[in-house]
Amino acid sequence: MKSLPFLTIILLAPAICAIIMAFIPKEQVNPIKWLAATGTFISLAMSAYLYGVYDTAAGGLQFVERVPWIKDLGVSYFLAVDGISLPMLLLTNMIGFSAVFASWNLESRHREFFILLCLLISGVMGTFIAHDIFIFLLFYEVVVIPIYIMVIIWGSSKRVTKEYAGMKLTIYLLVGSAFLLVGIIALFVKSIPILGEPNMSFAALAQAGNQMSAFDQKWLFALMLIGFGSLISMWPFHSWSPDGYAGAPTAVSMIHAGVLKKIGGYGLIKIALFSLPLGAKFWAPYMAALGIAGVAYAAFAALAQKDLKYIVGYSSVSHMGYVMLAIGTVNVIGINGAVANMFAHGVMAALFFSAIGVIYEKTKTRWIPDLGGLARQMPLLAVSFMLAAFASLGLPGLIGFIPEFTIFIAGFKAFGGFAVIAIGGIVITALYALRAGANTLFGPPREEYNNLRDIRGAELVPLAVLGLVLIAGGLLPSLLFDMVNSGVEPLMNQLDNALKIGGLI
Amino acid sequence: MQMDFSVIIPEIAMVSLGVLVLILGLILPKKSLPRLGWFTSFSLIGILALVVLNWNNVGTVSGGLYLIDQFSQFFKVIFLTAAILVVFGSMAYVDKHLGGQAEYYSILVFSTLGMMVMASANDFITMYLGLELMTISFIVLVCFRRNDSESLEAGMKYVLLAGISSAVLLYGLSLIYGIAGTVLVVEVGMILAVQQSLPLLLVGVVMLVAGLGFKIAAVPFHMWAPDVYQGAPTPITSFLAVGSKMASFAILIRIFVLGMFGVSLSWGILMAILAGVTIIIGNLVAIPQTNIKRLMAYSGIAQAGYILVGMVTASQAGVKAIMFYGFIYIFAVVGVFTAISYYYNLTGSDEIKDYAGLSQRSPLMAATMVVSMLTMAGIPPFAGFVGKFYLFMTVVENYLWLAIIGLIMSMVSVYYYLMVVLVMYRDRPQDSSPIVVSLPVRMTLIFTMLVSVVLGVYPGPLSEIINKAALSFFMH
Repeated sequence: MKSLPFLTIILLAPAICAIIMAFIPKEQVNPIKWLAATGTFISLAMSAYLYGVYDTAAGGLQFVERVPWIKDLGVSYFLAVDGISLPMLLLTNMIGFSAVFASWNLESRHREFFILLCLLISGVMGTFIAHDIFIFLLFYEVVVIPIYIMVIIWGSSKRVTKEYAGMKLTIYLLVGSAFLLVGIIALFVKSIPILGEPNMSFAALAQAGNQMSAFDQKWLFALMLIGFGSLISMWPFHSWSPDGYAGAPTAVSMIHAGVLKKIGGYGLIKIALFSLPLGAKFWAPYMAALGIAGVAYAAFAALAQKDLKYIVGYSSVSHMGYVMLAIGTVNVIGINGAVANMFAHGVMAALFFSAIGVIYEKTKTRWIPDLGGLARQMPLLAVSFMLAAFASLGLPGLIGFIPEFTIFIAGFKAFGGFAVIAIGGIVITALYALRAGANTLFGPPREEYNNLRDIRGAELVPLAVLGLVLIAGGLLPSLLFDMVNSGVEPLMNQLDNALKIGGLI
Repeated sequence: MQMDFSVIIPEIAMVSLGVLVLILGLILPKKSLPRLGWFTSFSLIGILALVVLNWNNVGTVSGGLYLIDQFSQFFKVIFLTAAILVVFGSMAYVDKHLGGQAEYYSILVFSTLGMMVMASANDFITMYLGLELMTISFIVLVCFRRNDSESLEAGMKYVLLAGISSAVLLYGLSLIYGIAGTVLVVEVGMILAVQQSLPLLLVGVVMLVAGLGFKIAAVPFHMWAPDVYQGAPTPITSFLAVGSKMASFAILIRIFVLGMFGVSLSWGILMAILAGVTIIIGNLVAIPQTNIKRLMAYSGIAQAGYILVGMVTASQAGVKAIMFYGFIYIFAVVGVFTAISYYYNLTGSDEIKDYAGLSQRSPLMAATMVVSMLTMAGIPPFAGFVGKFYLFMTVVENYLWLAIIGLIMSMVSVYYYLMVVLVMYRDRPQDSSPIVVSLPVRMTLIFTMLVSVVLGVYPGPLSEIINKAALSFFMH
């Protein structure tokens, strides 16, 4: 018996709900919200199920769906998951589901918002489960336009206007993706004579890329590094990130910081690294250096911020610096750490942004000097804020600790003393995360906030879903690491072989 | 020699239709003139069906002067589809602003016929005839708003520049004829292939590029486009933007890829530079525009640059990419311009700032404009992405710089498209009453949008057809 096309259902559930929403009269706010919640819940439940039944011992691509799509380009509709993409898929759906509830109290134009949100979630999912580079590209850019529209309509203008933030976000990422596109098209065109036929699946391109000359691999990798690097907010291509998050509505910040920028890291690992090992080897020290620079720079920048969203924005740049450092080590431990850290940071960043969204919604400000003592009025909010803050500084027992620890081990092995700078970043992270928490939540309660109600009902969903994962991931890290390792290890072995052969030539 | 007239039945039908519409205009009572639009569009659909049904019925007429192959069939499909959509989109506009329905639709049919002749022309003289038939028809159409000074100014500019460019082109053709001693494109190709590179040939090539550069509005021959686009009646602008451009590309391909493949090294780099400059200038100058038609004019210039990319390598892949891009381009352009002209009917304005809140007054119009613009920008999942993928695939190996310029500039183009999106989606409308979209316009909008989405996600079958058509082009 043929099994269900799980991945297609997961992919399309939110999109189909979005299409249905388009036919509901826009005054019917509640049905629209519940439809969005249903669509994202179906995807979440099914991806959690897949996570449970994925055979980590066998590894490799599972739940494969493959249909020829465009013959003369060798494109096929190729969906599958492995140990790297499955955590990312699950992450997307957790955050997508939470983001729907984080937007529960939206004030205007509900129908448009939830349609765009659902399309956005489907788009992000697509990048993580596509194993054909053409399909990957389709989804890669599909997310840009909904985000732009959401930022300019529902965003907020503080230090920068929402129009500026939206446009900066959009153009930065699109120009980055132009380099990526050139790189991918060139890789594809060069692969045709090697493979003897056009084939755009990741595996085929990796096979062809491994046989290319070192020179080709280097410049192709550089193009992809610019593209994926600007998406993962690699220093110095990071400046869209704090401004963009600050202007965006809560749900967009959650999805963007939580999963969207992880597409950059995911692409670097699954496409660039495995297709172009010699290029990766060449650029690895530079990636690590940029990663360390990002960690240090963004941590200091976060220290100077007084707007809560900017703190988390810079903090996410800083955390992505660890990921770049980890990718730069080009060894199994490092890549494991990179993937795990992306997952961990996704959960904590989404929780952080949802907590800030609540604070902003209730107090109408994100400016730390105007806040204080909120823990007294809103204890549950304080719990979610502090959970995210502790995870962010890598407190043992929460999800952030083990991935960062892994990255430091790998970093030491590869680069020795330089990695110390990155570890120094943790101290600064602790400083700004704890200070932000202290000044916002603790201290004498302010009278003007006395009538605020704590989060309840739908508002609790992000805390329940993401908070649970934060703790579970910290207490049972093997849940995450076994999965990631099953995806990374076989691919890294292939990569090592390729490098050995390349070294001999 | 026996002539096989069956292959040119569509052309004969077009002539009959044009004359018939004119006669009907004389004998019909005045109040039923608006029905001519429906009559013309359904007749055109019939002729389109004829072309599609006779897809494999290929052959030549007049001793090889007129050639019907799948390449020309495909271009005819493009022109007829564009004409049908333009007629659908222009009915309300013509009835309200222009009058003279019989003349309007009849001339539109004749200009389409001109394009069809261009696609099939296999020698310089026939090409020129088709080109002139199209151009002269367009001159009339551009100044169809007889009482509007802007439209007349546009018409005058178009007359002058079209005349000059035709002269330049003709001179170039005569120089090539001087070298080759024949006007048949295929024979020219064979003779030039063994010919040494002559200074005369170089002058001829430059003249041809300049003449056709005017027609496709490539930089630096683009100056006429914004003024003419702005002044012309909006449906005609869209027809000018797709029909005239793609027809000129049809003969550009025929002359260069088939007639001068032997010397492609000398003009490939020229085309590459022309494409690069056109893409950059078109996109950058579009940014500060405040009038939607001028914006689309500059964006159309940039689009010509993208299509030129397919010429650079003079290969089957390039021809195929041009055909694919041209096909999706008509739907994008017609989609945008149909919305623009319908909005003009209601508000009398083409200023971008007056589009405020369109998304709340008519989600369909706003969505169509977004989808069409993003198709032109090449953002997935819309068809433009696949089109650009095909185009830039051909140059990425030998002209990497062109691919980088092209793709970066197409991301820059998103900026000015998004400025329109910003106005339509963010702002509140001054007049918030919903817009009721009339049936033919609604059909056009939904159809163009669906094509952009479906071809973007599932381009396989179309690309197979085009592959075969492009192959047929080289089979002579």
